[in-house]
Amino acid sequence: EEPHGAAPVDFLQELPSCQSARRRRGGTQERRPALLGTTGSRGAAARALPQERGGPPDRPARERPECMAEKRRTRDSQQVDTEHLSRWEKWRRTSSKSLKKALSEVKGLSSYLVLWRHDIRSIEGKFGTGIQSYFSFLRFLVLLNFIIFILMFSFVTLPTIISKYGIFNSTIAYISPKNIDNICTIYEPNGNKGLVYFYTYLKDLLSGTGFLEVTSLFYGYYLIDAVWISIMRYNLPLAYLLATFAYLALSFLWIIKRSVEGFKHNLVHDADPFQSYCNKVFAGWDFGITDPNAARLKHRSLQYELQTDLQEEKQKQKIAERSMEEKLRIYSLRILINIIVIAILSGCFYSIYRVTVFSQESSNDVDNANSQVNLLVQYLPSIVITSANFIGPLIFSFLITFEDYTPAFEIKLTLLRCVFVRLANIGVLLFSLWSQISNCGSDKCKPCGYNYKLYPCWESDVGQEMYKLMIFDFIVILAVALFVDFPRKLLVTHCSWKLVQRFGHKEFEISDNVLEIIYGQTICWIGTFFSPLLPAIATIKYFIIFYVKKIVLIHTRKPAARPIRASSSNFFFLVVLLIGLLLAFVPLGVSIARIPSSKACGPFRNFNTSWEVIPDTVLQFPTGLQQILFSMTSEAFAVPFFVILCIIMFYVIALARAHKRVVEQLREQLVLASRDKMFLIRKIAETQRN
Amino acid sequence: GAMGGSASLIPRDLLGEYQELTFLSKQEILLAYKRFSELLPKEERENAWSARVPKSQILTLPELRANPFQHRICHVFSTSETRDDSMSFEDFLDMLSVFSDSATSDIKSHYAFRIFDFDDDGTLDRKDLEQLVNCLTGQGEESRLSSTEMEQLIQNILEESDIDKDGTINLAEFQHVVSRSPDF
Repeated sequence: EEPHGAAPVDFLQELPSCQSARRRRGGTQERRPALLGTTGSRGAAARALPQERGGPPDRPARERPECMAEKRRTRDSQQVDTEHLSRWEKWRRTSSKSLKKALSEVKGLSSYLVLWRHDIRSIEGKFGTGIQSYFSFLRFLVLLNFIIFILMFSFVTLPTIISKYGIFNSTIAYISPKNIDNICTIYEPNGNKGLVYFYTYLKDLLSGTGFLEVTSLFYGYYLIDAVWISIMRYNLPLAYLLATFAYLALSFLWIIKRSVEGFKHNLVHDADPFQSYCNKVFAGWDFGITDPNAARLKHRSLQYELQTDLQEEKQKQKIAERSMEEKLRIYSLRILINIIVIAILSGCFYSIYRVTVFSQESSNDVDNANSQVNLLVQYLPSIVITSANFIGPLIFSFLITFEDYTPAFEIKLTLLRCVFVRLANIGVLLFSLWSQISNCGSDKCKPCGYNYKLYPCWESDVGQEMYKLMIFDFIVILAVALFVDFPRKLLVTHCSWKLVQRFGHKEFEISDNVLEIIYGQTICWIGTFFSPLLPAIATIKYFIIFYVKKIVLIHTRKPAARPIRASSSNFFFLVVLLIGLLLAFVPLGVSIARIPSSKACGPFRNFNTSWEVIPDTVLQFPTGLQQILFSMTSEAFAVPFFVILCIIMFYVIALARAHKRVVEQLREQLVLASRDKMFLIRKIAETQRN
Repeated sequence: GAMGGSASLIPRDLLGEYQELTFLSKQEILLAYKRFSELLPKEERENAWSARVPKSQILTLPELRANPFQHRICHVFSTSETRDDSMSFEDFLDMLSVFSDSATSDIKSHYAFRIFDFDDDGTLDRKDLEQLVNCLTGQGEESRLSSTEMEQLIQNILEESDIDKDGTINLAEFQHVVSRSPDF
């Protein structure tokens, strides 16, 4: 053993590697030059960190871990060094420095333009980065929706409005439909002309019928084949379709960019980065907390987190030691519970289907029979979906306690199931709508390809359903905040019964709130094709929700028992948002490419399906370009392209595996080298003693 | 208003130098000057340059008040020759620069290592880690982990970060493990 504990540290200074590192530093001294001579602990500390001093000589002064006086000296010595460089070098350096300065000024100014910068910072200070990530996510969605709205408005709505009012000498070109049965083109939305009750206006506002149906909010308004602005011909159908693709692509790229920024993926090392103890301990404290209460809460949550993790580890060991019959019992229990979950989901989906069919049938059969009941029937699908979204997660979190998973896996699985319920509900609603629209029994759709009697303008109907979903979602969020959270808080503060105190406190469940807004965003993505002004409504909705949630948070908060960390939550939100976006592709793809577009309204009435605008336009290109485009979409091109992609992917995977092997070998070498070092030090200490 | 007043107290070249040597912007440096001079008693506010603020005053800042590492932070950033952890304005700027958003993760991890190294011996050994965990879970007897839990935790940490298996974490290992840490 070593003679005394301090020996290794002192001897470490004498090692050749430390000596050479110190010589390489040259003139730069350590942080406390006055203490160099002392052998106190600070001196040892100053000397014991040899290898990170200095660094490559052209590291700018501010990136060095030294005190201000040292950095000044470094910068002066750097300047002395540069004086003997050529004039070109000097000019290059000064210009790059002034460019960096200008860029930092611009960055400083543009940080003032960031929306809600101050609000989010104060939330971070009081509640930590986990909850702050929810609010920055909300801000991201507001911006995304705003940009989508600008896109659709400027390329679709603006030309239509310009041409309808004849500004800039613009006219509309109507191309008479060829070989389409006249019966398909009958479409008479009643725009509520004449005296009607005020109540009818309210009903129309809430359900998108009546006077709203004929506005630019819905697809039916855009009954235009081309717009002539002076001498330019603006192909509105093509613009409509391309704007749709553009906003989908924009959302996709922006989400991917954001998720790459926030996530450090480790391909080489197997450890799960979110569960790692080092991450929790070294990066555990949130240095942005300024409030002592928040600090106390953070201490408690850290303690709880560490203790739960340690318990989980013990539990994992126990699980690994399970006997065969216990395993059998648990697996059969899990299968049973999964069957129950699937049964519940099917029940959900079936009820949504039946309710949608019922709602559509009754709104088509009886017009204005009983206004109040009619409004309720219109909103029935939204009500059922929202209750399913609410009850589902409760049932899942109850059932999962029987499945005996580790706590971390429990949370993940419950979240996954909730996500699935929310997104699949929308899918089922759309599916039932389409089954109604393409309800072709007994030749109802022979002339036009869809059920033209009930749905002369089916895209507007789908748009109305999406509109209703969005409005109802917004109303529910406001109502829950107003009628559930605040009374709860009042009850808890003024009534001290044990029962109330235990169940009354409401935690700010980040994951639930996030799933809520992702659900709203998926509706917006699907609905924008059928209702181009929907993103504007979504922007306003999220804008208001930000303030509502902020007020609810400040007044009624209790910290979540199991905190979600900022980094993992950011990535999780973006992954679920991406799933929502990919799910939105499916109904849009089916609507655009498979279901025939309505012949009575909208820009696509001269085409079989909405997609056909593109092949039509391509056929009008010069033949050379046409050849190129056709060859790119043919099999002769696609198959080799796919094969090359596969080869590249395999190469990259093989490279990653090779790197992993090298890293493992280097680790072993480091362990051996350190053991050699200890052995040599012991030998030196022995020989010194003798 | 107040910002304009303090701007005239910092000569322009010094301001430019601070911008060059730290990661702070001009507004942030001026704000720092204002906060720093508020910590001084009124008579000393004129020479905020050479003044040193005692540790007790620094700890009244709201950002440090709630921080369990407050003493270590003052200790690490202070260049006081009398070892009383008092901070000058330049130390204060250094501290703000390292904690700002634009500082490189290299610098942050270097200073984090110094802050976590409670006994200043250049490595994080078991005692350092124990003190670190106790700081995280809070003061007070009921908020500490039991000794078995602490043992298990420290064992896990060393397993994950000690590459050369010498029972301590040196700066290179610390920087390596922190670079893969998404929350840092």
